[in-house]
Amino acid sequence: MGNVVALASMLEGRQVWRGRAAHTPTGDQTTGWSALDAALPGGGWPEASLTEILLPADGVGELQLVLPTLARCTRAGRTVVVVAPPYMPYAPGWEARGVVMSHVDIVRADPRDALWAAEQCLRSGSCAAVLAWPTHADDRALRRLQVAADTGKALAFVFRDRRHAAHASPAALRLELETQPSLQVRVRKCRGGNAPSRPVPLPASWS
Amino acid sequence: MLWACVLLPHLALDGVLRRRPSTDAPLVLVSGSAQARTLFAVNTPARAAGLYRGQRLTAAQALLSQFETVEYDPAAIEHWHRLLAAWAYRYSSDVVLFPHAIVLEVSKSLGLFGPWPRFEAQLREDLTALGFRHRIALAPGAQAAYVLAGIHDGLAVMAPDALQRALAPIALRYARLPDDAGTSLAAMGIRTLGQLLRLPRDGLQRRFGAELLAYLDRLTGEGPELMEAYRPPDTFDLRMEWTHEIEHVEALMFPLRRLIGDLAAYLAGRDGGVQRFVLELEHRGTAPTRVVVGLLAAEREAALLFECARGRLERQQLPQPVVAMRLLARELPPFVPAGRDLFDTRPAHAMPLDQLRERLRARLGEHAIQHLRRTIDPRPEHAQTTADNTRLPEVTETLPRPTWLLDRPIPLHGASPTILAGPERIETGWWDGGDMRRDYYVVRTSQGQCAWVFCPPGEPGRWMLHGWFA
Repeated sequence: MGNVVALASMLEGRQVWRGRAAHTPTGDQTTGWSALDAALPGGGWPEASLTEILLPADGVGELQLVLPTLARCTRAGRTVVVVAPPYMPYAPGWEARGVVMSHVDIVRADPRDALWAAEQCLRSGSCAAVLAWPTHADDRALRRLQVAADTGKALAFVFRDRRHAAHASPAALRLELETQPSLQVRVRKCRGGNAPSRPVPLPASWS
Repeated sequence: MLWACVLLPHLALDGVLRRRPSTDAPLVLVSGSAQARTLFAVNTPARAAGLYRGQRLTAAQALLSQFETVEYDPAAIEHWHRLLAAWAYRYSSDVVLFPHAIVLEVSKSLGLFGPWPRFEAQLREDLTALGFRHRIALAPGAQAAYVLAGIHDGLAVMAPDALQRALAPIALRYARLPDDAGTSLAAMGIRTLGQLLRLPRDGLQRRFGAELLAYLDRLTGEGPELMEAYRPPDTFDLRMEWTHEIEHVEALMFPLRRLIGDLAAYLAGRDGGVQRFVLELEHRGTAPTRVVVGLLAAEREAALLFECARGRLERQQLPQPVVAMRLLARELPPFVPAGRDLFDTRPAHAMPLDQLRERLRARLGEHAIQHLRRTIDPRPEHAQTTADNTRLPEVTETLPRPTWLLDRPIPLHGASPTILAGPERIETGWWDGGDMRRDYYVVRTSQGQCAWVFCPPGEPGRWMLHGWFA
């Protein structure tokens, strides 16, 4: 047996790597879809973080995914901001899914100002959730949104085209919507756990 | 009764200095006729160079080669005096204007603003922020406070007997006696107020009349004080002009901050808010540029008002250099502070929702924020509105309704879609000329989207896309 080395001195000299239990995010931001909640590591949306939703085309069911959350927030009297939506939100449809429209602020902005507006809303801390459709956002812009969501303790949802899936993203959660064979959600990345291998089916988005 | 006197010894000069960034350049106010120009007030650098009040302008020019001269304006003094009275009105409902001073009754205010030392510190802090040099004294009578403020800054006398002791050593020329009683009394060998107060009253009345006695009674608190209380005006109108021309909007921010600060001080004193005000940028020779700043609700916080005004001003193109700016506020509705929950869990630096909306509107435009409301109209194009004053229908729609609506229907191209539900006939609108007769279907497109489409009745196949079930 060679030299006896005290464990404490090795630890002090930083020669031994010590594994640490991974921090599991916990939250009560349920998505409203029990199958999706079960697949996500935190049991719902990651708290105070950016969620990126990748779409093959407009109108495949992206609102379907977030409307139960918006309904929960607005019924609790908290404000939801929709920044520069690609189409006009249709109040009868939103209300049929339980959203209180008086707590939904729709912000009209050109693409240049939309990111600024989304960041201001997230940072303010007075919004429960912010929805945005950045068209020319790069990695840095998304990181700003992520930091703003963390500062203001708000949920940020960013809807982007599927072709951005190949690029890295600072979002805490990345979901991709697929329409074939039926509507389903594939988790591309989730902070605090491994992404589930199977897509999660969602019910059809009309009712 | 306790009266606090705020003496403003440099009102005219401070009114000029506070409008410009602080510099070390000498500056004087001049008054008098064109033949006999004299210095009315001088700032600290000018005094260091040997200039003093009452000096002839030609003598001053001989002493110092370069200094800035500003014409003395008596109306401006009156204006600043009124502004400070409006500020003082925030702390007391009894505010009286004395020459170069403001006197306010504070015995009732002490309960709200803390003991006198803290209250005094608050007054000084406000005045320093507004840019006025000042001296403050406290006494049981308004006249006594006015006299004491001229003698000693920061003197606080609470009890009447202490007041007698404080007044006794004051020289008569500082006692602000009416008329020329002071000079006559000095000739008689009376030097201080204490000596004067000990003189027999009958003799004083015979020599100087009842006026002096009434004044002494007011001073010692034995006689009644009749004063006209200040009443705040109902509109706010403040103008600021400068000697040079400002060509860039950024350079307007300093005067704007001053104007807004004055407005906020006025509003707080009035316990009101402002919902709409106008900034007039004056040019040489042409009509002024008007910038209207409108807010969603009445506000009075200086930082918020400044940010809103800055947002509007930054988008403004200046057609010509600006020589003066005027702030005009006519609509001053009552201010209702927003309630906040004691157990609010939001982050400490959170911005209230109203302030957020104001900030967005300031940059993106007046109508940038919309709220959608459902109407009772069955036509999809008219089923929702952004107007405020609509009656809300009680029943919710049970038929399928999309979550996105296209601004106007477009033809649906591509392979023929699968019909999921329908038809739903909407045939109405005869009353305003917007007749429609459509069969609505829910279809699935080849890409997997759920679409809300319509076609003329009986002609399925000519699909018009109107919304997405997103």
